[in-house]
Amino acid sequence: MARKKRSIVGKIVRRTFLGLGAAAVGGVAFGVWAVRRDPENPLVADQGESVFNPYIKISQDGTITVITPRAEMGQGIQTTLAAMVAEELDVAPSDLTIAHGPPAAAYYNSAMLEEGAFPPHFDRSFAAEAQRGLMGSMGKILGLQATGGSSSTIDGFNKMREAGATARAALKSAAAARWGVNADTLQTANGTVTNPVSDQSLTYGELAMDAATAEVGEPELRPRSDWKILGRSQPRAEIAEKVTGAPIYGIDVELPDMLYGTVAISPRFGAQPLSADIDAARNVRGVIDVVEVNTQTGNGYGIIADNTWAAFEGARALNAEWGPATYPANDNAITGALTAAIQGEANHALMDKGDIDAGLADPQGTLVEAEYSVPYLAHATMEPMNATAQLADGHLTIWAGTQAPGIVQSRCAAFAGVEKENTTVNTVMLGGGFGRRGEVDFPLYATALAMHTAGRPIKVTWTREEDTQHDVYRPAALGRFRAVVPANGPATTVEMKIASPSIMASVVGRTYPDLPMGGPDKSITDGAYNQPVMVENHRVSAHLADLAIPVGFWRSVGNSYNGFFHEGFMDEMAAASGLDPLTFRLAMMGNDERLAPARACLEKVAQMSNYAAPRPTGKGRGIAHVLSFGSWVAMVVEVDTTDDIHIEKVWIAADPGTVLDPRNFRDQLMSGAIFGFSQAMGQQINFEDGRVVQENFWDYPMMTMGQAPQFEIEILQNAETMGGAGEIGTPPAAPALAAAIFDATGQRLRHMPFTREVSFQQV
Amino acid sequence: MQLNVNGQNHQIDADPEMPLLWALRDLLNIKGPKFGCGVAACGACTVLLDGMPVRSCSLPVADAAGEITTIEGIALDGTLHRVQRAWIEHNVPQCGYCQSGQILAAVALLEETPQPTDQDIDFAMTNLCRCGTYPRIKAAIKTAAGMES
Ligand code: FES
Ligand code: FES
Repeated sequence: MARKKRSIVGKIVRRTFLGLGAAAVGGVAFGVWAVRRDPENPLVADQGESVFNPYIKISQDGTITVITPRAEMGQGIQTTLAAMVAEELDVAPSDLTIAHGPPAAAYYNSAMLEEGAFPPHFDRSFAAEAQRGLMGSMGKILGLQATGGSSSTIDGFNKMREAGATARAALKSAAAARWGVNADTLQTANGTVTNPVSDQSLTYGELAMDAATAEVGEPELRPRSDWKILGRSQPRAEIAEKVTGAPIYGIDVELPDMLYGTVAISPRFGAQPLSADIDAARNVRGVIDVVEVNTQTGNGYGIIADNTWAAFEGARALNAEWGPATYPANDNAITGALTAAIQGEANHALMDKGDIDAGLADPQGTLVEAEYSVPYLAHATMEPMNATAQLADGHLTIWAGTQAPGIVQSRCAAFAGVEKENTTVNTVMLGGGFGRRGEVDFPLYATALAMHTAGRPIKVTWTREEDTQHDVYRPAALGRFRAVVPANGPATTVEMKIASPSIMASVVGRTYPDLPMGGPDKSITDGAYNQPVMVENHRVSAHLADLAIPVGFWRSVGNSYNGFFHEGFMDEMAAASGLDPLTFRLAMMGNDERLAPARACLEKVAQMSNYAAPRPTGKGRGIAHVLSFGSWVAMVVEVDTTDDIHIEKVWIAADPGTVLDPRNFRDQLMSGAIFGFSQAMGQQINFEDGRVVQENFWDYPMMTMGQAPQFEIEILQNAETMGGAGEIGTPPAAPALAAAIFDATGQRLRHMPFTREVSFQQV
Repeated sequence: MQLNVNGQNHQIDADPEMPLLWALRDLLNIKGPKFGCGVAACGACTVLLDGMPVRSCSLPVADAAGEITTIEGIALDGTLHRVQRAWIEHNVPQCGYCQSGQILAAVALLEETPQPTDQDIDFAMTNLCRCGTYPRIKAAIKTAAGMES
């Protein structure tokens, strides 16, 4: 069968880039200046303080404020970003005051967009780097301030250290001017500049005002060998608040004269309400008003009350009926759409090498075929969606735990009919994010309700049920795979077809509606097409299923299912080859030098776990490796299947290139793995009659204390480039678990959640 | 209605059906107990009622007769409770949202079982943590108990 010729990746990237770039500057082509020019510093100095750059303020009283413009949602990013400043500024991290700061273009994230480039992480060729450069500059031009894609440490690594180094240079230069000496002769330590000759010293606070106007050149960053803070585990900056129950989250916002509210939005996405018992809701004790909510993200009602529980009761009393669904309304119809998509033409293939058809037509070995699938998933952050808004005297103020404050600002301002300049966004702590809090629906609804409160602030909290049924879901996906595997050798031909709705199309359409986004959506096959394998005939194609169910970024995005698809099928190929899963994986890498970190991680984890040792009856060990967000992660899972399955122990060897905070990196790996086990074991979002079936934690379970395994983790630092931390533990968890169960029982699990076919121990 | 929270009496005017959680959070501005599920499934709202852990989202305020202790009430004279100190030592919290509940559940467990085994911990600590901090919670409980972890 003849196939259409596909455009090469470079062309596609150019198209995507121009599409976005043109939108950003109102249809006018931009020049180099747009990339070179630095966005305006959003910080304004208060009385008695100096602003050094968008990240550092120092006041006369000695307070050093560091703006860490990435959302703290548990990943410890504020601690690490502040440590970068501390390292160059010569202050103890504990002496820094840390703030999220205002939304601003200056806080653009280019690393997140660089990660969107198509070449596999290990491709560092000129063309690949050029693509990353292009994508990265897009982040700057768009002024996109967002937390996601495991990019914050990578993005901040130079920016934050440079901020610290320039501030230190300015402080030294101010001291030099006072003492009439050369700045190079001065020393800094513990927030103080010292002249070792005269033994004079001045604190940063004393120098702050002078230093603001000091001219300094390009700072030189300290070499890794000189680091005193980076590379060492730091106590979490906000730990005291978090062990004392301090009111730091969005849901804890309390303001004078504040009202409380909730929303009841149509559980059929995009549908309008048909009827509701507004009077019954109004009659609930404590309910003040019921208003209509019509936004781009959903339609329904807002309940305004004098306490949250009254608002919840009001929403319940509404008993609303909703319009019909305009999309496949149940699981069967959704599976049908995915099947139709996979049977149709591919939309793109980011891996397309050799000749698949010839490879499959002339099998030199065993033909291996398999079908895999995963369901939709909810984020289930522990803190339900909520935000507070106040619209008074033409000024809109929002308090929200958001991963994208800039978008919240512009979208809520537009909705309220207020200028962006008159809209303040206060980013507060996030009780979990995982991608969910990059959306605008929760602040948008708070804004909608604030338009009915005559200037009083209102905190709008969703019930857990509302949260579960109005998520932007990790999409369902279907995979069909074929391979030719000779005995004792690596596969010669691998074909992976993957069908799924496009996350990018959904996110851009919903959250960035002004942004035309062309080109392929990499997330559909991310984690499948760009893994460390070298195959002669290799094709990984994406088949777009157009389903109007809102989907979004969910911890590790496409890798969350492609890691399972890729590594699960890898094990099936290994079985056909007669090699064990570890040896087969190593064979699949060929001799390519660039894949050395993967080999090292696999060998390390095998050694740590004694992978090859014989297993006692009922026990099984499974291995997987997934390269995602620039980090190489190998995992071995050990299960006991004598009774219901229990995950006993997990070993991880991970290589993110450079680790700035080893303890936090380990914690992130554990967290990511547990997130992945929760997914694999029992999570699914089902649809019936156009609405989500699941409601709360009882029917959308997560791993519990009694189910959690022991962990042993080793960090390797062989890779040359720095990778992420927050998401990388998730992708290998499901395939390593499936492999362990297969190892113990001979049962192959190809469909998540595994509770469809096996049972896990409950405590 | 009267509520005794962290040794202080408060007079409140509330629907007797209102869950204790919302009386604490919205009427008394005690924000330590968190809202996670509203159906006694997660434990984020855990408080101690006469020393016993209860899920305040599912306890009508009218039934909350007794001494209520929230996370705000376990530190003594500015000194953190040993469980809180162990939490800091082990860097337990990530997003931290579940941790007020986890800490109170651990305080109650150690009152009942000063030297808990792994199994005791698994049975008693049924609070959910979406960030997956379980391994560190377990280690911190043992530290707080003065055991090797
Ligand atoms: S909020 Fe009470 S148990 Fe979840
Ligand atoms: S620390 Fe985030 S839910 Fe437990």
